[in-house]
Amino acid sequence: MSILTVQGVNKSFAGLKALNQVNLKVEQGHVHAIIGPNGAGKSTLLNCFVGRLEPDTGTVMFDGNSLLNRRPHEINQLGVARVFQTPEIFPDLSLLENVMIPAFAHRDGAFKLNWLPRIDGEAEIRDKAEHILEDVGLADNRSDHAGALSRGDKRRLELAMCLVQEPRLLLLDEPTAGMSRADTNSTIDLLKRIGERGITKIVIEHDMHVVFSLAHRVSVLAQGTVIAEGTPEEIRANPKVQEAYLGGAHL
Amino acid sequence: MDAIVLQFLDGLAKGGNYALIALGLTLIFGTLGVVNFAHGALFMLGAFCAVTVQKLLTLSERVKDESITFFDAYKEIPYLETWFGDTGHMLIDYSVPISLLAAIPVMLLIGLAMERGLIRFFYHRSHAEQILVTFGLAIVLQELVKAQFGANPIPTPAPEVVAGSLDIGVWFNVEGSIVYPYWRLIYLAFSTVVISAVFAFLQFTTFGMVVRAGMQDRETVGLLGINVQRRFTIVFGIAVIVAGLAGVMYTPIQSPDYHMGMDFLVLSFVVVVVGGMGSLPGAVLAGFLLGVLQSFASMNEVKSIIPGIDQVIIYLVAVIVLQVRPRGLLGRKGVMEG
Amino acid sequence: MAPTVSAIGGSARTDFIFMMLFAAAVLTAPFWASFIGAGYPDLLQKWAIYGLFAIGFNILFGLTGYLSFGHAAFLGIGSYAAVWSFKLLTMNVLPAIAFAILFSALFALAIGYISLRRTGIYFSILTLAFAQMSYNLAYSVLTPITNGETGLKVIPTDPRILEELAGVRNTAVAPTTSLFGVEMTGYPGFYFCAVILIIGFFIAMKIARSPFGTMLKAIKSNQTRMNYTGFNTRPYTLAAFVISGMYAGMAGALLASTDPLAGAERMQWTASGEVVLMTILGGAGTLLGPVLGAAVIKYFENIFSAFNEQVLNAMFSFLPEVLKEGAVAVAGLFVGEGWHLTLGVVFMLIVIFLPGGIMEGIRRVHKLFKRSDGSSRSGAAAESA
Repeated sequence: MSILTVQGVNKSFAGLKALNQVNLKVEQGHVHAIIGPNGAGKSTLLNCFVGRLEPDTGTVMFDGNSLLNRRPHEINQLGVARVFQTPEIFPDLSLLENVMIPAFAHRDGAFKLNWLPRIDGEAEIRDKAEHILEDVGLADNRSDHAGALSRGDKRRLELAMCLVQEPRLLLLDEPTAGMSRADTNSTIDLLKRIGERGITKIVIEHDMHVVFSLAHRVSVLAQGTVIAEGTPEEIRANPKVQEAYLGGAHL
Repeated sequence: MDAIVLQFLDGLAKGGNYALIALGLTLIFGTLGVVNFAHGALFMLGAFCAVTVQKLLTLSERVKDESITFFDAYKEIPYLETWFGDTGHMLIDYSVPISLLAAIPVMLLIGLAMERGLIRFFYHRSHAEQILVTFGLAIVLQELVKAQFGANPIPTPAPEVVAGSLDIGVWFNVEGSIVYPYWRLIYLAFSTVVISAVFAFLQFTTFGMVVRAGMQDRETVGLLGINVQRRFTIVFGIAVIVAGLAGVMYTPIQSPDYHMGMDFLVLSFVVVVVGGMGSLPGAVLAGFLLGVLQSFASMNEVKSIIPGIDQVIIYLVAVIVLQVRPRGLLGRKGVMEG
Repeated sequence: MAPTVSAIGGSARTDFIFMMLFAAAVLTAPFWASFIGAGYPDLLQKWAIYGLFAIGFNILFGLTGYLSFGHAAFLGIGSYAAVWSFKLLTMNVLPAIAFAILFSALFALAIGYISLRRTGIYFSILTLAFAQMSYNLAYSVLTPITNGETGLKVIPTDPRILEELAGVRNTAVAPTTSLFGVEMTGYPGFYFCAVILIIGFFIAMKIARSPFGTMLKAIKSNQTRMNYTGFNTRPYTLAAFVISGMYAGMAGALLASTDPLAGAERMQWTASGEVVLMTILGGAGTLLGPVLGAAVIKYFENIFSAFNEQVLNAMFSFLPEVLKEGAVAVAGLFVGEGWHLTLGVVFMLIVIFLPGGIMEGIRRVHKLFKRSDGSSRSGAAAESA
């Protein structure tokens, strides 16, 4: 069963076509990778899923709900969480607070004037946040300012912030960009482990190593159009992909 | 009809003043990325340049008044008049135009000192901190002026030749119905000339081209190996000169006092925001627009329909513009929204 | 490692102790303030009132980072509402405060709703525009309500309906504000303000330590993330705006309670600037900072304004005549009429060298002390006490 269905999405910027009739089906529980050369429209497509951009035409259906004409927080409340290319965290707050905040959004909804209880009295939320921090290996730093973390750790923190919300769809925009090989591998392990929770994931990635270790299916975007779709093996063997995307280099 | 022409003219004169102050403010913001809450104080300093020049020119000696013979009476005669007679008198009469010349180097020095001594340390700090430190500076400047010149407004008249009013109605064969003070007309012409000069400078000189490019994309210009920093320092100086000159020219319209800067600061910020932060044409457009609107709102006919409108029109327009056009009339996306 | 409390602010116990110390310090102010020459009720009342104003302002600026330049409008509205309550209902201060809070909340709701549609300097200018509109209108067409330049006063012949009904309305003498018979001047007035300050401080602490307060801090830290995390940030910022507007209204009512007069100058934008100064000087985002900032500014305003040439001459009398004249001339710039100059200079120095205000200064000194002590503690998140 597909959880996300994208049909005929077009998006132009000042006459330039960024997305051209994009179709996409993401199966429940799958890791779906979107690859493509720079400027192929990958991030634009992701932005159309979270309310940052509105497509000119087309539909984006998530589990029976349209994601169009909704504000970012409404989309999140439907169960879609996003990890950004440049980690978006709360740099002035502690790691624990960083993870507790999304947990509140998950429990209390988009707004609650919850000023009477003390935040350190919210044991249930706190336990959940501590758990996730342990999962991503940041539990020892829980009291640190998030702003002081390394880039790789910020990314893991952001992932923890998304996971604590128990999303049904997780969007990852280049989760390993700028990471060392060791960090990349540990992130792959982490993503594999959270794969066991059955969260559907869409991953934009440049690193083929990451793509082929994680993805169930791969879509290839070039110049705003999906030129191929299939299992990693099919994509690897597809000559059209090799030509358009890799200029003939071997995957 | 003539009432409308008169209001329109008055609005333009007011608008010229708003535009002049706002121009410098938005120039500083667009180039240096600094929100300068001390800009009103610089306008005020310009006005006090005129006061100082006038005071210097009228330095007087005490001489016995020979016309009074019953007792010993004394009168103050400016040295200039004693030394140069009528020429001296004329110099005093022309103290405001003379101040313009004096204000240029003075304001330039103040501007450079301010940029090098304070502002440059705030390029990379938050807008809130820039607002706060320049707000502090504005208080300091105005208090220093108050300590030196006192709290009362100091009359600084325009030269006698242009003290009266011009009957513009004559041109339209409606004599006596459109009478407008000369000096305000001169102010309008002056603001037009200064604004044009600034635009021409930015448009037609290489210096200006680099500055404009820097306003668009500072990093790239920096990468070209051009010392943008030094140019921006000069731009700051220019903005300060413009504010100072506006202050000098404004003295015959309103006798300067130490807090006139704060009064204009709020207005000019509203003008800048309505025009769009960092947009020069926006500042000019918004300045004239708000000036004219303000003038029309002060008409009794308008006030009788909407009482109090003259008091709030500018702010009301600002609120409405910002609701409809979040970045002001001609503002660019993403500026100052962080 | 066991979960530490410092990961999410102070513990309930330290907060309780902190709260008690604060209350004790405020209530004993008449005693200890006399040692620094501030032991008179007028000044103490101002401490409490402006402390309250700054605490409320800090809930908006310190927590959410939205810099309002128009909060004096709510101070003024609170004062007008209170004086009207004195005129129409009773000289009792409780209804006056209730009305002040109600009206300032309504105005804050309307102004906040429009202003919060924008962020950054656009927000600041919008609040400034609203405050200027209120100020200009109070001086012009709203004169029937505000009594224009003269200011709104209570007079013996005011209707005071509740007093009339109770049969205690006295039209012969100038009425005074009271709390069930206790006149709100002098020390009783201070203690009344002090109790409200303590309550206000307690609520502000509650907010800062609550999930709601944490959301406000998160908005300041990264609003984009908040939106993509599923929060509708607008109601959060609006709630903070209205709460801080209510604090300002309450402070305005207290001003009117200790001196039943309301003038439009209270709404001028320089008055808004003053509360910004207080908050920054003390330390934005901290609980105690704004109160400290307000106290310091009001203290020096009093002390410095009272200085005159005689006092200065006496102070520098140990110097030789020539030096004395110079010293008096220079110092004279900064005191008396010129105390605003001192304020401006101090404020600039704070923003340049100590952006965290007095509280950061205390923290730095504390850290220095700790280091020389040989002990160090790593990884503690902001102690937002």
